[in-house]
Amino acid sequence: MAATMPRVTRWPAVRVFEHHVMVYRRTWRGSIVTSFLSPVLFLSAMGLGLGTLVDANNPGGIAGVTYLVFLAPGLLASSAMQTAAFESTYPIMSGMVWMKTYEAMVTSPIAPRSVVFGQLAWVATRLTIVASVFLGVMFAFGAATFPSALIAVPFAVLTGLAFAAPIQAFSATQKNDTNFNAIFRFGITPLFIFSGTFFPVTQLPIYLQPIAWLTPLYHGVALSRGAALGTLDLPTALIHIGVLIAFIAIGIAASLVTFRRRLVS
Amino acid sequence: MPNEPRPALIHARALTKRFGEMTAVDAIDFDVAPGEAFGFLGPNGAGKTSTMRMIGCVSPRSGGTLEVLGMDPDHDGPAIRARLGVIPQQDTLDMELTVQENLWIYARYFDLSYAEARERSKELLEFVQLQDRAKDEVQNLSGGMKRRLTIARGLINEPDLMLLDEPTTGLDPQARHLLWDRLYRLKQRGVTLVLTTHFMDEAEQLCDRLVVMDKATIVAQGSPRQLIERYATREVLELRFPQGVQETLNGKLDGLADRIEHLPDRLLLYTPDGDAAAAAVHDRGLAPESVLVRRSTLEDVFLRLTGRTLIE
Repeated sequence: MAATMPRVTRWPAVRVFEHHVMVYRRTWRGSIVTSFLSPVLFLSAMGLGLGTLVDANNPGGIAGVTYLVFLAPGLLASSAMQTAAFESTYPIMSGMVWMKTYEAMVTSPIAPRSVVFGQLAWVATRLTIVASVFLGVMFAFGAATFPSALIAVPFAVLTGLAFAAPIQAFSATQKNDTNFNAIFRFGITPLFIFSGTFFPVTQLPIYLQPIAWLTPLYHGVALSRGAALGTLDLPTALIHIGVLIAFIAIGIAASLVTFRRRLVS
Repeated sequence: MPNEPRPALIHARALTKRFGEMTAVDAIDFDVAPGEAFGFLGPNGAGKTSTMRMIGCVSPRSGGTLEVLGMDPDHDGPAIRARLGVIPQQDTLDMELTVQENLWIYARYFDLSYAEARERSKELLEFVQLQDRAKDEVQNLSGGMKRRLTIARGLINEPDLMLLDEPTTGLDPQARHLLWDRLYRLKQRGVTLVLTTHFMDEAEQLCDRLVVMDKATIVAQGSPRQLIERYATREVLELRFPQGVQETLNGKLDGLADRIEHLPDRLLLYTPDGDAAAAAVHDRGLAPESVLVRRSTLEDVFLRLTGRTLIE
């Protein structure tokens, strides 16, 4: 067989990203419908339904706005978290154990490092789609102002990645999916409920508030809400962004180790 | 310069792999020449897969020297892998993609353009006789078809060296023969094949040269014919006795063969002339239930070297 000039793949992480795109081309329709229905249902039930009760008891509104307007940007950040958590658990298990598609990648010139970055780039893309659809629904509900609220999309992506990077590092150490349930039950769901999405964190007992500050979702919700309500000032924003970036950086560093250990042994 | 020796494609000296306390590969030496079909024959757990993974640059060695295509896997992993075709023991196909998409994306991993990817996929699907299934999802393929698709995928970068880890394990005889035929054609085209197997017939069919591995070491190497000549006789007489009789034969077969192996269900008499030995057994008044004369195989070599059968 005629040997061609061997070449080392130039942008290996981009090739990994392409793999995810190719798989998504087969499933995007269902995924988009879910991304659309989820905010519609939540904003209808919690924002309009529950919101009517809340607003009736708070003539001044919550943080000066109706419950719907208060809630919507928090839900946006939360849905980014949930999407990121899902994309960083079961698909990783599939790549490592079930279908071993990551194993197939590293037998080619692609290195584990590129699998990590390609995966994160893909999650960032998914988050952009989910957050954009969500924000579109918020505009339709009158829960955010166009175009100033658009900045909430990159904030939501950042929030999602702050979960995706550490969770995928953990997923790469797992032999099966039994611990993923625990992540959702004892990690994602409590954060969803307690990190300021449904009510301001200041409503929590004083000793619980510092715990909320330590979670990425608190900072994501603060950014998202600040963007949607136009109340964000730059120094506060930078602190929140800094915390999220720290989570992402630690998650990437851990992923580089765990993916390598798993794929190259 | 027709007789100038060509450099080895794989060169290993004292190659060692340890996982914690366990030594999976214990200081083995071997060379693989361009164009040859080289086999690692041995039972499960002998260290074959660990060796293959080190050659494939997905498992750093714990000690010794290893050169693949003239490069060091520790430093040039991606450059080496760019020229390898790897058929892993377990399929790593993407079940969510179609047959041709699996080839396309793998081509992209090697930096081929989509146009090249499509063209080569078409040729390769014909080569492995899957052209009619190009648009089917992989999960609908039979085991043999998946294996053939994996072979096609491994050829997408026109590799200089193919690594096949247990290529036909789990396949039915028909699928296995079809696969052997394709591998034989690759060999004829000059592709260097390195394979592991615990099937002695596979090793005999495909390998120009092989090493027999057992318990992390190489216990013998040579061509299948050399190994048989060195470690076995030309023929084997297999005797099966009625239940309980085999244990009572103490000494009664002495002198009838160069060597006698006692398996739980039968006796193997190693002898240059099986028919003569069979006649001599009858002359001694013994009445085995069944008598079979056959040529020696690598199975006999393995039995001689390790005292065990390949598949237990």
